[in-house]
Amino acid sequence: MRKIWDIHGGVHPTENKTQSLSEPILQAAIPPYLYVPLSQHIGAAAKPIVKVGDKVLKGQTIADTSAAVSVPVHAPSSGTVFAIENKTVPHPSGIDDLCIVIETDGLDQWRERKARQNFNLFTDDELLSIIRNAGIAGMGGAGFPAAIKLKSSDSKPINTLIMNGTECEPYITADHSLMLEKANDIATGLAILAKIIKPKTILFGIEDNKLDVVNGIEAALNRIDFSTHSGCTTDVRVVTFPTKYPSGGEKQLIEILTGKQVPSRGLPADIGIVCHNIGTAVAIKDAVCLDQPLISRITTVTGEAVKRPRNYHVLIGTPVSFLLEESQYQADQNNRLIMGGPMMGFALADISAPIIKTSNCILAPTEAELPTPPPAQACIRCGMCAEACPASLLPQQLYWFSQGKELEKLEQHNIADCIECGACSYVCPSNIPLVQYYRASKTDIKQREIDHRNAELAKRRFDARQDRLIRLEQEKIAAKQARQAARKKANPPNNKPPAANASAANADTAATTDNTEREATVKAAIERAKIKKATHSKTTDDPVARAQAKREAQLAQDQADPEAKLKRAVESAQQRMKKLQVKLVAAKDSGDPNVNILETGLEKAQSKLVSSQKALDDYKKASNSED
Amino acid sequence: MIEFISLNPLLSALIALVALGLSFGAILGFGAIKFAVEGDPIVDQINAILPQTQCGQCGYPGCKPYAEAIAEGDAINKCPPGGEAGINELANLLDREPLALDDEHGQEDIKKVAFIREEECIGCTKCIQACPIDAILGAAKVMHTVISSECTGCDLCVEPCPVDCIDMVPVSVGTQAWKWQIPDRNPFYNANIIASDQRSIDSPKARH
Repeated sequence: MRKIWDIHGGVHPTENKTQSLSEPILQAAIPPYLYVPLSQHIGAAAKPIVKVGDKVLKGQTIADTSAAVSVPVHAPSSGTVFAIENKTVPHPSGIDDLCIVIETDGLDQWRERKARQNFNLFTDDELLSIIRNAGIAGMGGAGFPAAIKLKSSDSKPINTLIMNGTECEPYITADHSLMLEKANDIATGLAILAKIIKPKTILFGIEDNKLDVVNGIEAALNRIDFSTHSGCTTDVRVVTFPTKYPSGGEKQLIEILTGKQVPSRGLPADIGIVCHNIGTAVAIKDAVCLDQPLISRITTVTGEAVKRPRNYHVLIGTPVSFLLEESQYQADQNNRLIMGGPMMGFALADISAPIIKTSNCILAPTEAELPTPPPAQACIRCGMCAEACPASLLPQQLYWFSQGKELEKLEQHNIADCIECGACSYVCPSNIPLVQYYRASKTDIKQREIDHRNAELAKRRFDARQDRLIRLEQEKIAAKQARQAARKKANPPNNKPPAANASAANADTAATTDNTEREATVKAAIERAKIKKATHSKTTDDPVARAQAKREAQLAQDQADPEAKLKRAVESAQQRMKKLQVKLVAAKDSGDPNVNILETGLEKAQSKLVSSQKALDDYKKASNSED
Repeated sequence: MIEFISLNPLLSALIALVALGLSFGAILGFGAIKFAVEGDPIVDQINAILPQTQCGQCGYPGCKPYAEAIAEGDAINKCPPGGEAGINELANLLDREPLALDDEHGQEDIKKVAFIREEECIGCTKCIQACPIDAILGAAKVMHTVISSECTGCDLCVEPCPVDCIDMVPVSVGTQAWKWQIPDRNPFYNANIIASDQRSIDSPKARH
């Protein structure tokens, strides 16, 4: 007899398991419609790969995913895809979720299957991908994809494999009946697990309220030589231990069987242990040896409101109402319908919700059997919850902090280690729904982490935007300064002011040209000055009127002497070109980025000069011919 | 030396104390410069708690300025997006009394994101300029759209839109994002939740 350890706390609720064990597992009929949710476990939901109207065969993949923590979904029976839409799913929120609805044809026709009798011919990676592609997840109830748990990591070698046949929650007998009827399948599945994990020890944990299965399991295990499969000497033991709730919790079972505690917030793999449910072993055997994906499971239907409580081998997606009908459900006697057990389950808002991969029990109690809890009283600080807690937490403290939403304190008091077993609520003399508070606080903590991550992201984006705005502003200022500097260089400040400088430059060039032209310029300038004076002498304060007067005077002068106008155009074009040339030289010297702009400006000025010169010549020619 | 001390006890004590004071002062002064903390660590801590929506509902032009204002003694209850949880965290950090959210600055709301009705968008880029975190994509005269995973729901893009084509849409809660709620004192709170107490399974007498 192997030594066993005890866990802290725990409770002993009435088991109520015999009712559903009076009859063997019954293969449930195929319902007319199957509602297969795309998200049935922890992790990302799969995406549909079939269309409405497609024919599907039993076991065909209907939704797939490439996400790491996720598995594909398969058609539980043959038929036609009737709809892909939001339907009631078994979830405590009562929120609808995406389901593939299959109208069954009753033929239950399998897709092509490749039976693999000798799994030793496959490598571990091949087996892992078979297990993942078979959609195996959540047979233990929490809904974790099995293949991920099985993936070995060199930093964390596994030396102990634990088979969880505990099923400690009252009423549920799905695993119990599975161990009674499918011991050989469990043993084969365990051999496949042993081949992948290569453990030194395999411990098969069974509570002592299921001693009737021990002989069958031991016989089945003895038929298999685990050492040849695992490639090392593997010691296989069936261990029974006293019934106590919640000894079937992963961390609790590990402590009972090995005396080791999984570190807080750690995984069993951290101490070289991995724990799998017997349901997973059977599903793996079916997937590997028979090429059958996870499309059905054993579900207990029990409670006093059903006349024939029993276990069903039921297709995933079967509506709960369909199963209940087979068990002669009396809706008038049932006070609330529960999916899962009385400790950790949740009430179903809608009877049409389907069975999913994690649905181990449908409990239909009467009011006398499971009365609606009375209103919660004040906490009297009796400390019974702390005595009952299997994770050695302080439920009372956690309750206060939850009420005050003190998330930091909750984390310091290790709320993350709460397994939500409900033992504290069970013993509370004030009927406080403690687990409710912890669940809410745990989701709050998770939400806060997500919020903080998002806030961090938003802050980074905000900062990046601020930086960009500042950078753009600086670039603008720098460009402006560069322009100013270029202008200064072109017109040295110790010289005359720019206007005078330009006219001086003009004078220099004018000196080289013939005197007549110079005279003409001077004349034109004088005339302009006269016009200016004339407009000024009108002494009008209105700038618009002044501008108009100036324009009129100029027009009058232009009409009198059109040649002067054309000459003026040529002059201004010449001046502009000269200015631009000077600027361009300065810009090229200082490496100003505006060189291109100046160059195009110069080109334009040149063409303008050519065209105005041409206009002048044309006019001169015309006037000459007139003469 | 000893003679001087014994002859002038008062003066020598004074000199010794002054010398000590000066040397410690010098060490402290050196330390203050050498090990000076850049920035204000408390402002960064406050800023880390604020939700970074940059919405300006607090009356400051962003979360950092509000964090600075809080550090200088402004009230901690002016941030509606942070809500009660944010106020509690700030109260814990600053050891102040947690206050109820100041209604003047808005109310705690469910999380929303901006959504542009794309067929109505005229491509004016006004919302892009208003978005404090660059979560709107688009260019002049082409339709804009909100990157909903980045949107903080700050509301700032709604007002500048000349054609009113931006809606604030509540983020849909699927089964994955759904949260348990703290049960209140309502006796029917757990009408659809079990995990309950012993009377729901057997009578207290049957317990061990």
